[in-house]
Amino acid sequence: MCGIVGLFLKDPKLEPQLGAMMTDMLITMTDRGPDSAGIAIYSSAGKGLGKLTVQSAHPEKDFKGLDGDLKEAIGAPVAMLVKSTHAVLEVPLGQLEAARSAVTHLRPGIKVMSSGENIEIFKEVGLPKDVAARFEVSKMGGTHGIGHTRMATESAVTTMGAHPFSTGADQCLVHNGSLSNHNGVRRELKRLGMTFETENDTEVGAAFISHKLQSGESLGNALEATLTDLDGFFTFVVGTHNGFGVVRDPIACKPAVMAETDQYVAFGSEYRALVNLPGIEDARVWEPEPATVYFWER
Amino acid sequence: MQTFDLGKEGLRALNSSLHALKGQTNMTSWEVVNPKGAHAIAAGVDAPVDITVRGSTGYYCAGMNKQATIRIKGSAGPGVAENMMSGTVIIDGNASQYAGATGRGGLLVIKGNASSRCGVSMKGIDIVVHGSIGHMSAFMAQSGNLVVLGDAGDALGDSLYEARLFVRGSVKSLGADCIEKEMRPEHYAILEDLLKRGEADHLAKPSEFKRYGSARKLYNFNIDNASSY
Repeated sequence: MCGIVGLFLKDPKLEPQLGAMMTDMLITMTDRGPDSAGIAIYSSAGKGLGKLTVQSAHPEKDFKGLDGDLKEAIGAPVAMLVKSTHAVLEVPLGQLEAARSAVTHLRPGIKVMSSGENIEIFKEVGLPKDVAARFEVSKMGGTHGIGHTRMATESAVTTMGAHPFSTGADQCLVHNGSLSNHNGVRRELKRLGMTFETENDTEVGAAFISHKLQSGESLGNALEATLTDLDGFFTFVVGTHNGFGVVRDPIACKPAVMAETDQYVAFGSEYRALVNLPGIEDARVWEPEPATVYFWER
Repeated sequence: MQTFDLGKEGLRALNSSLHALKGQTNMTSWEVVNPKGAHAIAAGVDAPVDITVRGSTGYYCAGMNKQATIRIKGSAGPGVAENMMSGTVIIDGNASQYAGATGRGGLLVIKGNASSRCGVSMKGIDIVVHGSIGHMSAFMAQSGNLVVLGDAGDALGDSLYEARLFVRGSVKSLGADCIEKEMRPEHYAILEDLLKRGEADHLAKPSEFKRYGSARKLYNFNIDNASSY
């Protein structure tokens, strides 16, 4: 199973409520995926700044003095916000890559969840309501976000096995389904220089799309390519710095429903996830067609 | 009229009240408010009552229905009226995957579109869709009638048995062993009746439909194919 939610705001007035709306959607999808949950929220760090979201199994030890150590290592100012097992580090955009490699040297126990101008990813094992509460997602604002509730099939129930997966700057992917040719595709992508953190099938889907984007393909073309090169069942929702995309495999047995108003575009594995959104009664509600790429960008 | 607020009273209370209606009852008219996409609303009803759901429903609404007339004033999630035995289910909006799957009797009316696998393995149910249907619809359909005023997606009627498929618009592709067949007087009569009962007689005429059915080539083992197995 697994549950997916997504929200792309067109109306800036809703931006302060993005986290609250997404928390409600995510918790509604608990019975589709009670073992782990995750969310990617996109909001600007401020002009010239980038964000690195990191995770540690031992946050007291790993995050203590991390901002000072990182500042010294990259020679630039660092602001750190610790939220439970995750921390968001703001650094000058030009130093983002240097900060990423410095962090893993300074604290080998740390995993990088995401990096980019806008993205923050928080994910953990546990019930969606507990995961959302420990990261205070409901207080977060932003322009768009995607969330996932996981019922694991292909790999272990771990923090790193939870979705979203991020394999490129400001990019992330969530998945409902299972891929059957992920080992072969992973080998090919490794040969092309992509790196992997897990044995998870979804991470391969994420890296496949990131590799296409890095090669200069548009988001639309990258999503089209999943239909020919990935085998298995999938409904994917992909986030980028300025929007999100949706694609379902040609069999399309994994459910998906979308709603659009003047204020937002919303995605849910089920209509239940959308029922508390403002103006849903008058929204255009439809099921994305199989083997058809949809995306919204600002 | 019995009005039931699903948000306040909960699904289990609704369905046990409906299941308690055995045979004839004085409580013949029910209204369900605040469905909010909940699963299994009014599944397993076995009484000649009229139930109106004011909003959209989740998985398996009106599943296994016997005798009841169930109206959904919104759209329906996957598996609406799955395995219906008798009665009528009318959806004002769209229906998700496998609407009316395995249905043995009764009438399912979808006023919007139905997505993939509509009427999969139908066994006697009649389905009238005012809009279009998705891919793999009527897969292994055994008996009953599927009437589509719009278009059909890929692989219509794959591995079909004896169900009759009537489509007014285009068919993207026919599945294995499904072919177009001639319209005979009895087929026009079936269509006229179903369009009327499906609240579609003002939208389409029987003469506008084509009929599809089984070529009956997959019914028996074919020795020429032995090397393929």
